[in-house]
Amino acid sequence: MSAPSLKRWAALAAAAVALGGLAACGEKPQEAGTATKKVDAKAWDGVQRSSYMAEGWKAGDRESWEQQLKARNQQQNEYTRAR
Amino acid sequence: MARMKFICDAERCIECNGCVTACKAEHEVPWGVNRRRVVTLSDGQPGERSISVACMHCSDAPCMAVCPVDCFYRTDEGVVLHDKDVCIGCGYCSYACPFGAPQFPTNGTFGLRGKMDKCTFCAGGPEANGSHEEFEKYGSNRLAEGKLPACAEMCSTKALLGGDGDVVADIFRTRVLTRGKGSEVWGWGTAYGQPAGGAKPAEATKS
Repeated sequence: MSAPSLKRWAALAAAAVALGGLAACGEKPQEAGTATKKVDAKAWDGVQRSSYMAEGWKAGDRESWEQQLKARNQQQNEYTRAR
Repeated sequence: MARMKFICDAERCIECNGCVTACKAEHEVPWGVNRRRVVTLSDGQPGERSISVACMHCSDAPCMAVCPVDCFYRTDEGVVLHDKDVCIGCGYCSYACPFGAPQFPTNGTFGLRGKMDKCTFCAGGPEANGSHEEFEKYGSNRLAEGKLPACAEMCSTKALLGGDGDVVADIFRTRVLTRGKGSEVWGWGTAYGQPAGGAKPAEATKS
């Protein structure tokens, strides 16, 4: 193999290694954050973007949230829907 | 307080994979991770049945019991969730789970195994409800939006029921009583076979 060809292969190999090294740049951090699990918010507190909220209940009101889910559950019951 | 459960009516499931697609789309689940799957028994033979399977949000969850870093918790509604900031991705939960619910994305460099991902009953995780951080890690939080899981609500034949365990059990019971069959295809006999020694399996109760 001639010298220029060897050089080209060496440059290609170096470029491939450099590209491989760049793969780590897209890595998202996955280290353990806190040692203990965080406390979750209650479901009936609602969400930040109210445009996604289903109508018919009030965020923060547990009773209305439960009623909302109960009514929504009955939408899976065709015997109720067909009545 | 409701205890959230899924139940799949094997008499109705047509293996359309609509639930799988709804879940994937709702939470933007990464490639290679299936929070929900449709399992078909006796595929291609007479009596073929399909059921949709995901995390069953067990009342006595084995994944919670074996987790070495105690990253799991149960919400007031009985939904089993986990904190991905505490999870170390060891995989013990996947060995413990009888339903194959825990999934591990290969989202790290050079195919490195990521932290565990599973069905959240569309209840998000331990981040602010509906926040960007919650969506990135756990998907959308439909329960906090006053909705039920996307898979169950999208099911075209309503084979997959999701919500308060008492309510979905009532819906299923009404169906079985109305059509006069169906309880036998989703139970102990289907999962574990008929008892040996000629003993008759217990008949389905119609209560």
